Amino acid sequence: MKPLQADVIVIGGGLMGTAAAFFLRRRGRSVILLERGLVGQQASGVNFGNVRRQGRFLPQLPLANRSREIWGRLRELLGEDAEFLATGHIRVCYDPSQIGVIEAYAQKARDYGLDLELLSANALKARFGFFGPEAIAGSYSPNDGHANPRLAAPAFARAAARAGVEVFENTEIVSIAKPGDDFQATAADGSVFSAPIALVTAGAWGGALSQQFEEPVPLAVHGPQMAVTEPLPYRIRPVIGVSTVIPAEVVYLRQVERGNVVFGGGARGPAFADTRRAYAVPGNLTGQVRQIRRLVPALANMRVIRTWSGIESYLPDDIPIMGPSARLSGLYYAFGFCGHGFQLGPGVGDVMAELIDRGSTTTLIEPFHIKRFATAEAARLVSA
Amino acid sequence: MTSSESGRFRRVGEQDRPRLVFSIDGQPAEGCKGDTLLVAMLTQIRHLRSSEFGDGDRAGFCLMGACQDCWVWTDTGERLRACTTPLAAGMCIATKAPEQAWPTLA
Amino acid sequence: MADPRIVPDPRIVIVGAGPAGVRAAETLVAAGVRPIVIDEGGRDGGQIYRRQPEGFRRSYASLYGSEAGRAEDLHRSFEALRDRIDYRPETLAWGIWEKQLHLLQGSRTSEVDFDALIIASGATDRLMPVRGWNRAGVYSLGAAQLALKSQASAIGSRVVFMGSGPLLYLVAAQYSKAGAKVAAVLDTSSFWLRVKALPRLIARPDVLLKGLALTWKLRRARTEIETGITPVEIEGQPETGVETIRFRTNKGQERTVACDAVALGYHLRPEAQLADLARCEFRFDVQTRQFFPVKDTDGRSSVAGIYLAGDGALTLGADAAEASGHLAALAVLTDLGRQVATRDVGRLRRRLRAFERFRRGIADAFPWPASAAAAFSEDTVVCRCENITAGELRAAVTTGSVELNHAKAFSRVGMGRCQGRYCGHAAAEVIAASAGVSIETVGRIRGQPPVKPFVIGAESDAKEGA
Repeated sequence: MKPLQADVIVIGGGLMGTAAAFFLRRRGRSVILLERGLVGQQASGVNFGNVRRQGRFLPQLPLANRSREIWGRLRELLGEDAEFLATGHIRVCYDPSQIGVIEAYAQKARDYGLDLELLSANALKARFGFFGPEAIAGSYSPNDGHANPRLAAPAFARAAARAGVEVFENTEIVSIAKPGDDFQATAADGSVFSAPIALVTAGAWGGALSQQFEEPVPLAVHGPQMAVTEPLPYRIRPVIGVSTVIPAEVVYLRQVERGNVVFGGGARGPAFADTRRAYAVPGNLTGQVRQIRRLVPALANMRVIRTWSGIESYLPDDIPIMGPSARLSGLYYAFGFCGHGFQLGPGVGDVMAELIDRGSTTTLIEPFHIKRFATAEAARLVSA
Repeated sequence: MTSSESGRFRRVGEQDRPRLVFSIDGQPAEGCKGDTLLVAMLTQIRHLRSSEFGDGDRAGFCLMGACQDCWVWTDTGERLRACTTPLAAGMCIATKAPEQAWPTLA
Repeated sequence: MADPRIVPDPRIVIVGAGPAGVRAAETLVAAGVRPIVIDEGGRDGGQIYRRQPEGFRRSYASLYGSEAGRAEDLHRSFEALRDRIDYRPETLAWGIWEKQLHLLQGSRTSEVDFDALIIASGATDRLMPVRGWNRAGVYSLGAAQLALKSQASAIGSRVVFMGSGPLLYLVAAQYSKAGAKVAAVLDTSSFWLRVKALPRLIARPDVLLKGLALTWKLRRARTEIETGITPVEIEGQPETGVETIRFRTNKGQERTVACDAVALGYHLRPEAQLADLARCEFRFDVQTRQFFPVKDTDGRSSVAGIYLAGDGALTLGADAAEASGHLAALAVLTDLGRQVATRDVGRLRRRLRAFERFRRGIADAFPWPASAAAAFSEDTVVCRCENITAGELRAAVTTGSVELNHAKAFSRVGMGRCQGRYCGHAAAEVIAASAGVSIETVGRIRGQPPVKPFVIGAESDAKEGA
C-alpha cells in the first residue's frame, strides 16, 4: 500500500495532538493526525475542565501562561470557544499550617507573571458567601477559569481539518519505525503513514510508542472520579479547589452556566488502556461528597445525577513528558500529563509546533524532557 | 373533599381522608393524608416547577421516581421528589428556587 | 462428599420487591436462606401491584380488577415472609462494584456484600416523543395508572391515551370505570396487525380474551378509539400545558381532540442500569429494536453471581415475572450447590416459553413506531430533561456522532436527571435515521452510577459484611 505522506504525523487525537496539528498547519506544515478512536474521547474529553494555573509546579507556569493566552483567543482561532469562561479560580485551605504554603506560592508565582490575591476567612465569606466555616483562607486567581472538555479537542480538530490537516479517526497505529529518512507508522488496517517528523501525543498509549523507540517511561494509568449534579441556578462563578496535604481532601468543583455543578478529586479509579475503559467507583463518590459539602455546605441538599471516569496517564514525578526524543532526530513527545493537562493543551500544541518548526521554543519545557527517565533509577522504575 | 378547580389532577375516590394543610409558594394549600406531595400539589395548581432550559412549566411525568421531573424546593432550600414524598402537614413548598441564592442558604 | 460449590451461609441479595423479587425471596426462604430484599418502594408489590397508602379503603377487586387474586396472593406471600427476610424498603441500590452493592436510604449510604445478586428491578414506560410531549400535563401511561391505583386520582379532566400496546387499553378502561373522562384512545398500531398476530397471541388465551373485553367495554362507554394513527403534536402553552392533541387518522386526515392531559406509552422497557453497572452483556432484539441484558432461561446473566428476573430483564409482564423470580432463585440455589426440584424448573421454563411467544405476538400486534423518529420536526424535543431537540441531535450526527454515547456527549441528549431512560430509545432512532446506519450499531446509553440521583448530604453507615 502506498504510504500517505506529510511533513509531520501526529499520533493521538486528544487535546495535545489536535492543538499541535492545528498550530503546525498554521506554520505551513502539512500534517496527518492519527487517532485510534474518535478525537477528544479519552483524558481530553472526560477531565474536569479546569483552566487553572495557580497551584501548578512553578516551572510549568510559563507554559500555562502561554496556554491561558490561547484559551482567551479560542473563538478568534477556532470559531468556537469550547465554553471557556474566565471566571476566576480559588483555592481554599482548612489547616492553618497551609496558609503559609499558599502565601509562599503566591509570592513565587508573581515572578512567573501570575498574580494571586490572598483572602482571609472573612474576605472569603464576604466575597463568595458559599464556603463552609472550615475554609479559613484562600488564594484567588482572577484570570483562570474553566471550559467544556468534551468540546475542546473536537474544536481544535475541526479547525485543523478546515485548515488542511488530514484527520484519520478509528486509525490505530500498531507499529512505528524510522527505517530511513522518514518515520513509517502502520495502522491496524495496514495503511501506512510517512513523514520526516513524528509527534507522539497518545496520552496513556504514548508509553507503548516511546518503548518502540527504546525510550521506555514508567507510565501508569488511572481514572479520575468525576461527578455532576442536577442543574441549579447559576450562582458559583469561580472554579474551586482545596489546598491540602491530605489526598482525600483534594476535591475541586465548578458550576457550568447551564447550572450543573461538576466535581472530582480524592481517590482515583481503575483504568484499562487495552479495553479503553475506566470506571467511576461507587465507594469514591461517598468519600467525595463528604469533602464537597465541607467546601460548599449548601450542596448537601443537591443531588449527583451522573458519574464518569476516563483514562489518564501519570508519571512518578507528576509532570509530563514533553520535548524532543533523546535518541532519534525528528521524533517528539507530548504525553503523560498526570491529570493536569487540560489547561496546558492549547499551549502544548503551540509550543510543540514552534519546537518542530523552529528547532527551539521560547517557553521553558526542559524539566519535562523524556531523558529524565533514561537513567539507572528510571530503568529500575520501568522494570518494577 | 373536592379537588380545587384550578388544579390539574382530579380525585376520583378515597375522598374522606383527613385533611393536611401545607403551603405552595406561600399560599395555603390543602391535601389529604396518604397523598404524595405531587398529587397534593397538582390537585391545587397546574404545575410543580419550571424547566431550567426555558421550555415552560412541568407537572411531573412518570410518578414512579424514575424521570426525576418533579423535584420541588422547600422554602429552606431543600429538594424533594414530589412523586415519592408523602405529604406532611406544614410543608412549605416552592415551585421556584428560593429568592436567596441557594449556595448561601446553608 | 461435600459439594465444593456449597457456600455455608450464602449472602443473597434481591433488588426489587415486585412480583419477581417476592417470588425469588419466597423460593430462597423455602430453601432455608434469609435473603436481603432491597426495594425503592415504601411497601412491597412493585409498580404493577403497588399497594395503596394506609387509610385508603378500596378493595382488591376495584384496585386490580381481573388481577385482584394475583395481587392479593403476592401481598399475602410477602407478609408471610416478612420475619424471614432482611427487608430494606425505601432503599435505592445506586451502584455496584465487584461483589458489593451500594445502597442509599434517605441520606444514609451503606454497602452490602453478596455471593449472589438477583436483580428484579422492574420496568418503566417505553416512550416515543411527539412534538409537545414536554408540556405540563403529559404523563407516561404508567404514571396515569399509578395516579389512579395508588392515589385515587386522574391525571386530568379530559385524558387522551396515546401510544400502543395492551396497557393503553387497560389504563383507559380503568379511567373510564373510575368515572374519569377518557377523551380518546389513539393507537399508532393498525388493527390488522392484531389479527395477523393472533397465532402468537393465542399462547395466552386468557389474556387475549381480557384484552378483547377491555376494548369492548371502552366502546360500550362510547370512548373514541382510533387505530393506525400518526401522532402530530400535543398542543398547548408553556405556562398552562396541554390543550389539544393533533394526529392523523389511519385515512390520513388531520384531527384534533381537546384534552388537558395525555398519557403516553409504547410498552415497557427494562430498568437494566444495575445489570449494566455489574457489566452484564446486552443483546440486541431485532423485533423490538432495543437491547436487553443477556440471560439464560433461568435468569443467569453473563456475569457469575448476577441473576436477572422479571421485567427488569425482559418485559414479559407480571405473571412471567413471578415465574422468572422463582426460577432465578432456583438457579442461585443450584449454583450454590443446593438440591432443587427439577420438576419445578421444567414447569417454570415451559411457562416462560409461552410468555415469550405471547410477548413476540404483542410486539407484532403493537409495534414500536420506529419511523416516527425520522419524521420529528427539528424543534421536537427528544430529551425532556435537558430540552434537546431532534435538530440539535441531528447536528451532532452531522459532526460525526453516529454512536449514541458519543452523540450524548456532544448534544447532551440523555444527559439529564433521568439518564436517558425516557429518550434513549428514541434518540437512537433519530441517529440511525439521520446517519443512515442500523439502530443496532447506534448502540445504547451506557449506564453510569448513580442509578438514580444521589444526595450530596449522604452520610455513610459502617460497611456490612466486611
